Formats: sequence, C-alpha cells, structure tokens
Amino acid sequence: MDYFEILGIDRRLSLDVDFLQKRFYQLSREYHPDRFASKPAAERAQAEQKSALLNDAWRTLRDPLQRIEYLLKLEGLDVVEQRTKDVPPELLEEVFELNMALEEARMGDEDARGELAGMRDHFLQLRQAIDAELQQLSAEYDAAPGSPKLQQIRGVMNRRSYIRNLVNEVEKELAPSGQNTPA
Amino acid sequence: MSQVFDIDFGEHRKSKIVGIDLGTTNSLVAYMDHTGPKVIPGADGELLVPSIVSYTDGQFVVGNAARTLLIEQPERTVYSVKRLMGRGVGDIKEEIGLFPFRLASDSEQVIKLQLGEKTLTPPEISAQVLAELKRNAEEALGTPITQAVITVPAYFNDAQRQATKDAGRLAGLEVLRLVNEPTAASLAYGLDKRQNGVVAVYDLGGGTFDISILRLHDGIFEVLATNGDTHLGGDDIDNRLLRIALEDIQSEWGEDLSKNGEAVQLLRRAVIHAKEQLSYVPFVHIQFEYGARQYHRQITRELFESLITDIVDRTLGPCRQCIADSGVSIDDIDEVVMVGGSTRIPMVRRAVEVLFKAKPHTELNPDEVVALGAAVQAGILSGDVEDKLLLDVTPLSLGIEIMGGVVNKIIHRNSTIPASATETFTTAVDGQRNVLIHVLQGERELVKDCRSLARFDLKDIDPMPAGAPRIEVRFLIDANGILSVTARDARTGKEQTVEVKPSYGLTDEQVEAMILESIEKAEDDFAQRQVREARVEADNILAATEKARASDAWLELTEEERQKASDAVNQLLLAYHAEDHHLIRAKIDELNEATMTLAENMMNTAVRAALKGTKIDA
Repeated sequence: MDYFEILGIDRRLSLDVDFLQKRFYQLSREYHPDRFASKPAAERAQAEQKSALLNDAWRTLRDPLQRIEYLLKLEGLDVVEQRTKDVPPELLEEVFELNMALEEARMGDEDARGELAGMRDHFLQLRQAIDAELQQLSAEYDAAPGSPKLQQIRGVMNRRSYIRNLVNEVEKELAPSGQNTPA
Repeated sequence: MSQVFDIDFGEHRKSKIVGIDLGTTNSLVAYMDHTGPKVIPGADGELLVPSIVSYTDGQFVVGNAARTLLIEQPERTVYSVKRLMGRGVGDIKEEIGLFPFRLASDSEQVIKLQLGEKTLTPPEISAQVLAELKRNAEEALGTPITQAVITVPAYFNDAQRQATKDAGRLAGLEVLRLVNEPTAASLAYGLDKRQNGVVAVYDLGGGTFDISILRLHDGIFEVLATNGDTHLGGDDIDNRLLRIALEDIQSEWGEDLSKNGEAVQLLRRAVIHAKEQLSYVPFVHIQFEYGARQYHRQITRELFESLITDIVDRTLGPCRQCIADSGVSIDDIDEVVMVGGSTRIPMVRRAVEVLFKAKPHTELNPDEVVALGAAVQAGILSGDVEDKLLLDVTPLSLGIEIMGGVVNKIIHRNSTIPASATETFTTAVDGQRNVLIHVLQGERELVKDCRSLARFDLKDIDPMPAGAPRIEVRFLIDANGILSVTARDARTGKEQTVEVKPSYGLTDEQVEAMILESIEKAEDDFAQRQVREARVEADNILAATEKARASDAWLELTEEERQKASDAVNQLLLAYHAEDHHLIRAKIDELNEATMTLAENMMNTAVRAALKGTKIDA
C-alpha cells in the first residue's frame, strides 16, 4: 500500500491539505494502536504497521515538495542530490560570483559578507519563483498525468535542490562562527 | 430455596488498567471510574508517594516511610533515581557530584547502585516504587492490577523509555503504553477545560523539563512539537540552595558537612521547605540544627530569584525551538498549561507569561494532572473512553551512521508515532555475511554528537559479490516511542536475522533474569511471611497456656497430663526460632492436643463461675 492508497486519495500533486488533515484524523481513529490494545498480538502488530504508514503518508503528502519527491519516486524518477560541481548552465555566472564572494568572506573580507547576504536574498527569490513554477506544473500534471510532465518536474526539482544547497552554504558562512544552522 | 442466578460479571471482571506518573520526586497512581480519573491514596492516606527507596532489614521501604530512612540510613536509601534511567556511567558524572548516589564497583555498561549490602540497577529501584503504587491500587480497588500506563518525560530517549518499561516488567506490570507527561497532562486538561484550539504544556518537574504544543480537535490530541531537557528541574534549584547553605555552614562552623549523609539530608529538607515557602511569601528563614549547633539564614524572594535565573532561562530555549517546530506562531497558542511542582514558583510563571504572551493556567493541581491524564489514557486503551485519541510524536530524530562519522537522519523529530522508515543496505566486500548498522538519536550531524542507541547486526547474508545483496531494513518507532528493527532480503523476501546490541541499559535477557530472581525473592518473602504468621499464632497459644497454668484448672490435671503439656510447650519454644512454618505449626497442633483437657477444665471453671455469678478472667 502506498501513501496515496492508505489515505484513500488519487495520485495527485495538488491536494487540499485541510481535507487531507480531516481524512488523517478520521483514519487515525480507525487505525491507531490504542484502538487495538485488548486485541490479539497479530492484530495489534497489523494496526501498528497501518498506523505507521498512515502517519508517514500524512507527514509526507501534506508538504508539497515532499509530495512531489514521493510521487516521482513512486513513478521511478528519483530526485538526485545535486552536487555543487554540476552547475545548471543558466546559473553558471551567478554561481561563479558567489564562489568568489565566499572565498573573500573566508579570507576575512567584511565587505564580501554584505555581498553574500545580497546574493542569498537573490537565490531565495529564485527559489520562490521555482516554487510557483512547481505549483503550476503540479496542476498541469494533475490535469493530464504523464511521464514527460514528470520529467520536466524532476528537472525543476533538481534545480531547486541545487539552489537550496547554495543558500545553505551561504548561511553557514554568514552564521556566527561555531554555530550550526539547521538543515 | 436455593436458586441459580446467571450473573454477567463481564464489565466488573475486566481487569482495571491504572495510570502511573513515575516522577523524579513523587509518584502517583490513578484510575478511571465512571465519573472520571481519580488519584489513589497510599495506606497513609497521601496521594503523593515520594520516589524514595530504602533497603533495610532485608526489606524494601518506599515512599513516606523511606523519607525518614533517608536521614537515618542515608547509605541504604536513594532518591531521584529517575535521573539515572537509561544512562551510562559516563553520562552521570555531573549527577554523582550533586546526588548521594553510591555507584557499585561493578558499574560498567549498566549503572548499579549500592543500597546497604544490595546492588541494584535504576530500573530495579524504580520497580520498587511501581510495586508500591501497584499495591496501593490493589488495596483500594480490591482487585489484582497487572496492566498500566506509565508516563515518561516527552524528551526521554529510546534507552530511557526502555528502562522505564523494564521497571514496569520487574514490578509485575504489563506496560500497555508509555505516555509523554505533558501529553498526559493535556488529556486531563482537555477533559476538563477545552475541546478545540492550540495548547502549550510547560512541564517543569523535579528532574525534567518538557514543553509540548498540541492541537486539540474534537477529541483528537495531536502533538505538533515537543522539546525539553531531561536533566533540568526542581532538584537543580535544591542543589543550588544546598550548596550555598553548606558553604555558609563551613565558614560559620568551620566544618565541612558535605560528606555527612545525615546532615546533608536534613539540610536539604530545610532548603526545600524554604524554597516551597518562597512561592507564597516574600522571605523565609532557613533553620537548621545539627549536633547542638544552629544555622540560620534569611532568604528573600528577590535573592532566590537571582539565584535561579539561569535555571529558569534554560527552559526558554527549548520553548522557542518547540514553537518554531510546531509551525504555529505564538499568537496562535490559545493557552499555556502549567504542570509539575516547580511551576508554583512565581518567577517561572512570569517567564512563561512573557514568552507566550498569555497568562498560564494553574488551576489544575500540577502534581496530580499527569497521573490523571495517564488514567484517561488507560481508559482509552481499555475502551472505556471512546471519543479521545492521542497522536504523539518522537522527540528526537533517528539516524544511522554513514561514511565519515556522519549521521543520516531517517525519521525526523516531531514525527507522529508510530512512524517508520525503510532503508536498503548492501555489502562492501565480496562474500560479506554481516552488515552492522549503527543507530543514533539526536539532532546533530556527527555521530560523536548524537546518542548511540544500538547496533543492529544483519546476519547470515547470502555470500555474493560486493554491492549485490539488497537488505531492506525497516525502522519502526512504536506508539511508546521505542524503536524496533526488522530486515528482509529484498530479492528473496526472506526475513533477515537482526541481532540488537543496545548501547545503554539492560538486554532482554538481563530483564528476564531479574524477573526470575524477583519471583524467587517473592517466594522467599512469602515463606517469611508464613513463618511470621505461625509465630504470632504460637505467641497466642503460649500466652494462653501460660495463663492456664496459673489457674485452678491446671491443678485439676493429672501429673502425666501436666508433664505432657509442659513438654509440648518446650517443643514449641524450640521450634519457634527455626525458619520453618510447617514445624512451628506442627508443634502448635501438638500443644493444642496436649492441652485439650486443660482447655475443657478452663471452660468448666468458667461455666461454674458464671453460674455462681462471679467474674473471672477467661
């Protein structure tokens, strides 16, 4: 049983999260191990598995990005973790500038830190644009599901993952030393 | 006249499940009746059973009775043992300095404490507290209790939870569920006050701090996020006041009392009393007398607050993180519920009010609310409470060690439990038969900064070229927050053997051995009780015979009868000190027989006397 099936919904990328939550609560009342405390061990174990699957499903599908990643995986299209070396061509110039600024900041150049903050904001804007694009593509996929659309979505997801890593790197540099930023 | 009734006792025969708050300082047991959850008092009428255990004269003493022994026999008595649950010797260096824990010399993987001549692990000591609560409940409800819901701090890790479950098993309780303390409190609170909305529960107890944020939705209690510190609580405040008092005394008396167990416990009691008073009055006097010397000091609330500011502040970081993780903003939080004795401190209440921008709720008794919630959860499990459901989360992320000493997180903190994750593993060398998986708990990126939970050994993998095997490993965190791991060969679907090596705490085999031992001990205890009862009976018959020998009835016996009776008395006296109740009872029977005529004579004398209207002593 996959996440869509346990929640009793179609394999779609645009989901009404409020509806999903209601469904989650309703099914929790049915599957939660608390409801099986006095039942035989086999039934209890089964409830536990089902309840875990339901929780995993709700946690994954309520988040639009995790939902996309999950669906891509179900359809055999894993999102590959982007390494910093594989620069998407359209970002080449910006990444080059960013690396320069990072280098300078590491050398102790205070001006470069300000420059970095500006670049971070720029990349955050890019990420927002990507999120809007993904929302659009999700709606298009739901209207006409098919592999080419998923390929396209995967490409955008890879670009997003690359930008997220860039932002993390900049934030790590900007954070006061000795402090880790959560991923 | 007799008639056979076919009565259905089904509802009554159903064994009761109790809810237990196993606290650092105090423990309580509660149950659910048709009017709602109730706390069950102990034999002394008190609802709170101090979590103090003493081993004296071959017996365990728990609760208020042990509180006195803490002063009289500090080397046989222990408190705050919850701080040691599920921890290794290396973890507790700080505790050892502050608490009078006496580590046994063979504490290596598992902590063992010395109570007089006895050596015990923390779960075994906690089991004594649980057993006391179990007895209290059995006494009050008039039925054997074998199943319980036990609460744990929300921020307890896997090992600490496992240790609590072990303690339950050792006490003869099937632990149907471990419930997080703040969540339990919210159940009691939601039953009483609120049906819908977002609630934060701030729980500062004797030794632990938890913060949880929940969404209440038509009977569903969904924990959105939790955070905390399992080593932060009222104990820390006590220890700080104690250290100051000890320093004062050293400079005033020129004597270091800190190594004197009895004096330290008396002084500790005095500072705790002062601390508690300071929640209600602006200043108090610490009064302490020892060895004809006196120590006296006034403490104002102002000074007290300046002493504990950093302790109170330490609760605020976890609160902020919890709010951030919950995905709600501070303004969305409708109410803050205060739990735990330390929330009586006005400074704590102020700090919470400032942070959450809401007046904290203090109308529920902060000492009882967790136990009441545990009883509600017991009602949910028994099916008596149908409309409520708790959806709790795991407090810490679960990860596995990957290359370079890095932790790869597979189940993130604040995931609703039960939660699961599946990972596929393979081999690195041709023909490799075993794969070792190191599982950790914590938020940091490196293995050395997280807490090692266990090592799982995937065994008997079919020999194949490196990288060819595909072993699918499923990690499941159950509704108690405890991890289990299963594995199967993805190609054949065959179940794969997994050997678990817990990093801390007891193995299943060790717990089993302890249970067996405790059953043997219980048999010993039972035998001892029978001996005691037989002796009481012997005392009675010996006293009666003694009395009869001083009466006229004795003179009415023949010489032979008197001899027989005297011999039987001697025989019983000889048997009296043997640890054999069969023998004692046999000799009691013989004495009974030998004094039959004597008893008849006594009776006749009594009847004659009664007829004459004279008073006699029967």
